[in-house]
Amino acid sequence: MTAAIEAEGLTKTFGSDVRALNGVSFSVEQGTVLGLLGPNGAGKTTTVRVLTTTLVPDQGWARVNGLDVVKDANKVRASIGLAGQYAAVDENLTGRENLRMVGQLFQLSRKDANRVADELLEHFGLTEAAQRPAKTYSGGMRRRLDIAAALVVRPPVLFLDEPTTGLDPNSRNSVWQIVEDLVASGTTVLLTTQYLEEADRLADNIVVVDRGAVIAEGTPAKLKSTLGETVLDLGFPDPASANSALKLFVGSWPAPPVIDGSMLELPIDSGPSQVMAALRVLDDAGMAPSSMTLREPSLDDVFLSLTGRRTELEEAQS
Amino acid sequence: MTTSVLPQAATPMKRSKLRRSISDSLVVTERNLVAYLRIPDQLFFSSVQPIMFVLLFRFVFGGAIATPGMSYVNFLMAGIFVQTVLFGSVSTSVGLAEDLQKGLIERFRSLPMARSAVLFGRTTADSVRNVFVMILITLVGFAVGFRIGTSFGLYLVAFALLILFAFSFSWIFAYIGLSASNSETAQLMAFPILFPLTFASTAFVPASSMPPWLRWFAEHQPVSITVNATRALMQGGPGANTVHWVVLTLIWSAIFMAVFIPLAVWRYRRVG
Repeated sequence: MTAAIEAEGLTKTFGSDVRALNGVSFSVEQGTVLGLLGPNGAGKTTTVRVLTTTLVPDQGWARVNGLDVVKDANKVRASIGLAGQYAAVDENLTGRENLRMVGQLFQLSRKDANRVADELLEHFGLTEAAQRPAKTYSGGMRRRLDIAAALVVRPPVLFLDEPTTGLDPNSRNSVWQIVEDLVASGTTVLLTTQYLEEADRLADNIVVVDRGAVIAEGTPAKLKSTLGETVLDLGFPDPASANSALKLFVGSWPAPPVIDGSMLELPIDSGPSQVMAALRVLDDAGMAPSSMTLREPSLDDVFLSLTGRRTELEEAQS
Repeated sequence: MTTSVLPQAATPMKRSKLRRSISDSLVVTERNLVAYLRIPDQLFFSSVQPIMFVLLFRFVFGGAIATPGMSYVNFLMAGIFVQTVLFGSVSTSVGLAEDLQKGLIERFRSLPMARSAVLFGRTTADSVRNVFVMILITLVGFAVGFRIGTSFGLYLVAFALLILFAFSFSWIFAYIGLSASNSETAQLMAFPILFPLTFASTAFVPASSMPPWLRWFAEHQPVSITVNATRALMQGGPGANTVHWVVLTLIWSAIFMAVFIPLAVWRYRRVG
């Protein structure tokens, strides 16, 4: 296996003290999906900008398709596709004109650019909207057009910066389907997201970044297994009683328990006997949970145990 | 939805660096011109302002301004032409600031295209727009009494000279547009530059009516020089000094381009 993307020790400081990247290193094998996961401001977009040559790092180096992103920037540009989180399509141009323009700027002849534009529009279900200015498109259509624009030369490496942020569940599903189809045809994808569910579904490997540094990496399964195989959610009538229940487990439980409002979440890694042990601890203290659920750990739990914080999205919701 | 297969990759053309820069610039120019056509109200209102200026100076202020050797409307129109194409360069900075804000420049910068093409595409499209507005203003001028005192050929020379000067001047605004934090700021930043240059000039009144310090500035600054060249080409007359003013205008255009094209491209490479 060869690496399609390699990053080594990337640092970037904006202004005098905003350290956006603080030594980011990772690599992505050809034909796989890497999920770059982290809250807003973690350094995901900065990383993508360095890898897509629009930002020069202060230190460190990166290679895409074996080409240095600083020294061989123009060759890198010819072999990548980028769909940004702002869905950067020209609102005044039609869908077809947008794709033709990008094709021509990839040095395709006008004829080839038109052909590729039509085929991409067809593929992404935009043929009927092809002659309408992009400003009339829905959020999902716009995002599909943006991704189509990243595919005009069928680049071997594709960067998707928060491809589903702000999309409704239907559109999100269709973007996921597009990514899965591309990967099936051999494309390497680097995807940034704050949605743990998205990384869980699409990514072969996950790199978790927080405050400009990699804080964990591995397959979704491996990251989840660091938390144990299952999680026992114990609901209490109020946060105060959840908190006193937490005190019973801190220090003595094999994996650190976490608390979320009036819910106590206990990692379980040795089966039913451990669940019974948890209940005995509560019973001995004269406490009884008001609800009880056993579930698979989510990447959310991973993130929480790594950073001690929920993702921004979760924070906003709670 | 995705029943069809993804398109076969087409092969990029091998082109020399220069050919690539030119074709990339033309692609971006086309994109900007299409946008102008798609928002006709913008084109309409950007033409209304110079028309208002023609009417304002012709009928409101004109009667109180004495001009030696020619009627005020003939004096005025040279100033209006220059003012119109210079004010048009605001759209260069606003357009670039908008592209920056909307993330389009980020996409362009990730494409294997010439680094100068987004800027040349903008300034060229704005020049094409200037041609359109110049024709319109000429017609309005004719309607209110403007006449060419020399020949149609010299009028066309003046026309070309103005388009060139405005093109070179718009590179200052390309640099501003890439430096502004948003398009509103880009627009506001234009006026402290445009107002002194167009009004403390020979565009609307003879410099002889100004106090000495201002008069010196008004007689030597590039906008006045271009106004004088335009006026000489269109009206001629004794002491028009046509060649002198035309050459100075060309020199100023060359200076603007030599300084601001590299500066704007440098800014484009580092923006964001």
